[in-house]
Amino acid sequence: METRVQPEMVPKPDIIEEKAPKSLSPFQLAMRRFLKNKLAIAGIGILGFFVIIAIFADVIAPHDPTAYDMYNIEAKASSEHWLGTDSSGRDNFSRLIHGSRISLTIGFFAMMFTILIGVTLGSLAGYYGGKVDSVIMRATDLMLILPFLLLVLTIIAILERINIGIFIVIIAFTTWPQITRIIRATFLSLREKEFILGARSIGASDARIIFRHFLPNAVGPIIVNATLMMANLIIIESALSFIGFGIPQPTPTWGNMITEANSLRMLEGHWEAWLPPGLAILLTVLAINFIGDGLRDAFDSRS
Amino acid sequence: MHKYIIRRILQFIPMLILVTIVVFGLAKAAPGDVLSGERLDPNIPAEVYEMRREALGLNDPIHIQYWNWVTTVASGDFGTSMQYSGRPVADLIASRIMNTVYLSLFALGVTLAIAIPIGIYSASRKYSLFDYGATTFAFLGLATPNFFAGLLAIYIFAFILGWFPSQGSVSAPGLSGIELFLDKLRHLVLPGFTLGLASTAMYMRYMRTEMLEVKGSDFIRTAQAKGLSNNSVLYKHTLRNALIPIITLLGLEFGTLLSGAIITERVFNYPGLGQLFLTSITNRDYPVIMAINLILAVTILVGNLLADIFYAIVDPRIRYD
Repeated sequence: METRVQPEMVPKPDIIEEKAPKSLSPFQLAMRRFLKNKLAIAGIGILGFFVIIAIFADVIAPHDPTAYDMYNIEAKASSEHWLGTDSSGRDNFSRLIHGSRISLTIGFFAMMFTILIGVTLGSLAGYYGGKVDSVIMRATDLMLILPFLLLVLTIIAILERINIGIFIVIIAFTTWPQITRIIRATFLSLREKEFILGARSIGASDARIIFRHFLPNAVGPIIVNATLMMANLIIIESALSFIGFGIPQPTPTWGNMITEANSLRMLEGHWEAWLPPGLAILLTVLAINFIGDGLRDAFDSRS
Repeated sequence: MHKYIIRRILQFIPMLILVTIVVFGLAKAAPGDVLSGERLDPNIPAEVYEMRREALGLNDPIHIQYWNWVTTVASGDFGTSMQYSGRPVADLIASRIMNTVYLSLFALGVTLAIAIPIGIYSASRKYSLFDYGATTFAFLGLATPNFFAGLLAIYIFAFILGWFPSQGSVSAPGLSGIELFLDKLRHLVLPGFTLGLASTAMYMRYMRTEMLEVKGSDFIRTAQAKGLSNNSVLYKHTLRNALIPIITLLGLEFGTLLSGAIITERVFNYPGLGQLFLTSITNRDYPVIMAINLILAVTILVGNLLADIFYAIVDPRIRYD
């Protein structure tokens, strides 16, 4: 649930000799290693499947996911409603299909926004050091100490209303420290390298050094962490929607579909209402984690 | 090392102050205050309302208000709940906190009891069927949202198998002694395992990685070269060193568990701090919200401090400058 550094997940393969022609960049080499990772490819396949469903949701879904039908609530699965209907008579299957949109959109944009904040602050801290660094680092320490879920819920309570945009901002605002730390560490390890000194001595500006020399070298850690973070954010979104503080009804999300299972009667008698969205979250997160681990192994120069 | 510990404690103090400032800031940002209800009451004249504001210090400059708040909180007075008409927040929290502590400890126990042995065994049988099985479990454990795992647990173990109760922390009032203890324990099983699932998956991987890392180090080769038995190398030399980072991570884990407990308690309708927090969020009961925020933040802060100090004590290789 929480953002935390995940341990190495896949047993690393024994060292594979790379017989690549000289012209390949480190990035291309990493991509080559990545494409050899079967789990990661499977992850891309599963994620691709969900992305296609999300794009064509309007075509695939047989019903309007927000149309309620009070005469037909909590219906069992039938040929009309493949997964039954929820407590407002909305078609569960259509909601499942449309839910992929929300989960993936929120996961992706919250991740991008988090990366934007994290990379900016991490670059500033790692590049300038000194006072800038200590202020930013104290802020990250503080954010890491505040209990994440409580903080998010408190902010939601204070704002008193929530939509997808606000939700993404809240998530990004509370999860950036992890990325900031990683970027800063990467910058610190690069700072003393000769090519940085070289760039500086030919009079390159700070911005040029950061964008042309530091950031390209940090691409690996950024991509890896962004991927794993997206998986985490999808879980967080679903959890918040499940407890009723995420995306409000009637917008379908996998998390708020599972809210139906809050009633023990539904949980016991209507597994078709809550099991599929749960499995959808599980599969999506699993796929993204496979991809993330594949990327980590690919970018890790030690392996 | 002593210098390091002292410095670490000195760093703790500004962080503690920052945390209190943030919580105070959030409380101030929240709409309304203790007297909002009275302002809307037409029977209370505006002058009386102003006098009461003055008396409560709500018109004081912000830093004075902060100082008054800190000193009252430090004495254990978190104000009164808006929702439970005037019940002291401290009482509300006291009535719930032990349930959450039991739940977190149970989850922590589950995590350690499962993750460490499996991690060790996985590392010693690298790439075996067992290792792949453990990896699969870890992947699934990390990808399953806490609440979904909880629902599955209820469905399978409470409804289909009927082994454990699915709701609450105790089945009937009037139990005592060993019966009460066993009843509470039975109620802890499902939420405890649910809460511990993600950490178990993660620590299993940490443990495996650490064991493999330590195994490759020079002092293990020395131990083997001296002709020590496999068991002695494994348990005395490898395990002890591999456990160091694990134990320090546990200092950080308590915060994760306490946050995770919010969701788990909701699923199992377990009357702990998390349930109290969620009802307070729903009812915008800001005094309770802020008190729980503060208590958990300070718990995490202390956990981090203890983890760092412990690290300094058990691992003399670390240099501090």
